[in-house]
Amino acid sequence: MLTVLGFNIGPMLAQGVLGLINGAFYAMLSLGLAVIFGLLNIINFAHGALYMIGAFVAWGLLTYLGIGYWPALIIVPIVVGGFGMLLERVFISKLYKLDHLYGLLLTFGLALIMEGLMRNYFGSSGMPFAVPESLRGATRLGFMIMPTYRVWVVVASFVICIATWLTIEKTPIGATLRAATENPALVQAFGVNVPRLVTLTYGAGVALAAFAGVMAAPVYSVNPGMGSNVIIIVFAVVVIGGMGSILGSILTGFTLGLVEGFTKYLYPEGSGVVIFVLMVIVLLLRPAGLFGKAA
Amino acid sequence: MNISRRSLLGTAAAVSALPVARARAQSKPVFKIGVLNDQSGPYRDTGGTTSVICTQQAVDEFRSQMQGYDVQVITADHQNKPDVGAGIARQWFDQDGVDMITDVPNSGVALAVAGVAKEKNKLHVNSGAASSDITGLQCSYNTIHWTYDTWMLAQSTGGATVKAGGDSWFFITADYAFGHKLESDTTELIKAAKGKVLGSASYPFPGTTDFSSFLVQAQGSGAKVLGLANAGGDTINSIKQAKEFGLTMDIAALLMFITDVNALGLDVAGGLHLTESFYWDLNDKTRAFTNRVKPKTPNNWPNMAHAGCYAGSLHFMKAINHIGAAAAKKSGKAIADAMKALPTEDDCFGKGSVREDGRGMFNAYLFQVKTPKQSKGKWDYYNLVQTSTPDKAWRPLNAGGCPFIKA
Repeated sequence: MLTVLGFNIGPMLAQGVLGLINGAFYAMLSLGLAVIFGLLNIINFAHGALYMIGAFVAWGLLTYLGIGYWPALIIVPIVVGGFGMLLERVFISKLYKLDHLYGLLLTFGLALIMEGLMRNYFGSSGMPFAVPESLRGATRLGFMIMPTYRVWVVVASFVICIATWLTIEKTPIGATLRAATENPALVQAFGVNVPRLVTLTYGAGVALAAFAGVMAAPVYSVNPGMGSNVIIIVFAVVVIGGMGSILGSILTGFTLGLVEGFTKYLYPEGSGVVIFVLMVIVLLLRPAGLFGKAA
Repeated sequence: MNISRRSLLGTAAAVSALPVARARAQSKPVFKIGVLNDQSGPYRDTGGTTSVICTQQAVDEFRSQMQGYDVQVITADHQNKPDVGAGIARQWFDQDGVDMITDVPNSGVALAVAGVAKEKNKLHVNSGAASSDITGLQCSYNTIHWTYDTWMLAQSTGGATVKAGGDSWFFITADYAFGHKLESDTTELIKAAKGKVLGSASYPFPGTTDFSSFLVQAQGSGAKVLGLANAGGDTINSIKQAKEFGLTMDIAALLMFITDVNALGLDVAGGLHLTESFYWDLNDKTRAFTNRVKPKTPNNWPNMAHAGCYAGSLHFMKAINHIGAAAAKKSGKAIADAMKALPTEDDCFGKGSVREDGRGMFNAYLFQVKTPKQSKGKWDYYNLVQTSTPDKAWRPLNAGGCPFIKA
């Protein structure tokens, strides 16, 4: 057993590692939300439902077409991202001139419809989805058993998060995007097709959710309620990190995963609320969030 | 708009049938059964529409034997909220002429509905809820608990696990009425067998999807058995993740339905022990019943809760025949008394009875889930391990603390 000053830190270490894994999901999901909010000013409540759709498309590819996990990691974000762009064109684009609240209500309604339809067709107990052959097995770490798949989740999520952050902050495309948010009319005058840029951005945000959905499929059961279970926490992550701050949502996602992990060990009954307690404290002390810029 | 000859004829037939139906309703009293359950949330597949189909099946099969009355089935979604469930029950009893409410999974909602049934002197034949308090501390003359309860699950699944040498436990428990009752009923049994409970973690319900943290705690406790005091999607996720984390403990899934096994898949669920009071492939009669309802619910075959809706409704109608429609309309307690006086017999549960405190008395079956190799076809999931007769399966009458039973 690992002990420091006579205190057994093995269990705490294990909870920390597990918290980091959950944090990886929070980070991936809040990242997509932050991209969409930061660049489109839409509070995308359909994000959880699209994450669920991502998992279901992966399941459908495997069950009906025999397409496995690895191709699904590429195909699903493209398919679901395309579906997202369709939603943006048909519905969401009509609301940019209105208050945030309209976008929130619309996307919330869309989420309820998607969930209801899936529940009607597939029931509520969920579909089995096996861990891919190459990622099966586990490693004994001394203080815990670490499934290989969960290591992959943390690594993949970390890479995706960094790549997204770099794209938006350090590349010409990202610069154009950010400029288009500041002043769409001016950017349009430079010959950039801003509405198309916005559609593509929404699609990219949705693709991130779908990617997280595929990652989650082997870990959680693929069921219609999986999105609504996680979306509220993810919103808390975005609020704590600062609405629209990409780096903020990544760091907050991982950190809150850790906090939740420790709570599950020290006081499991409180693990459902600890994130919201933190959210209240942050809102009281720094209303714009930890990494947000005051409006 | 084009109107085809066929649809025109169909409409004409329907219209001409209407006045007849109305004339019938005026001359005969109509009893209404309300199926109240979760139709959109985590317990949809364990109850939901399959419960409605099974209730309707009972009514259709019994129609030729109804003496001077008719029976209708209506349905609603309680969304797992006790206030919503109690509100619907109140409206059904007061305004919609409902006489009996059945299924009602989720112990919190069930106890709320039992209160309303008592207040209105109507009837509540519960099939889907688990808490043994329904016929214990909170028992009522107007409530019958048909299918299973936490005491019986603890006794059967828990008892077998302890007997097999699993004498130290760690619980993962859903943090509400049902989870705590299941944990405490099982704990009592473990202690009686001189076993130990080394720890437990209560997680927030609903909304928890990641159980890895609790699983690692369980493993660290050094206990031999992991007791899952939860249900539905939570049980499914717990077991799936236990396999992923290479948990070396025995898993006792204290409440698990065949619908959950179907969702998990046999490669994950194979080898687990669980208890149900009905399994479709138990004998000729259960197979015959399943063949009758299967065409109406091809993707969600009946589990014990669904079967309980069928059997409970059948017995309800037999009781109406026994005391007469006029007396039955007046008092839910009178129907309940008749249900207790009459022996039960149906295709799902065989011969049985309903005890004074409202407890249905049937066999409880301990099953082991088949491995993918053993399973020969669709829904061929269980091997029967042990049968508990009613006198062994259920909590003794005087041990439940029901106020109107003399201890």
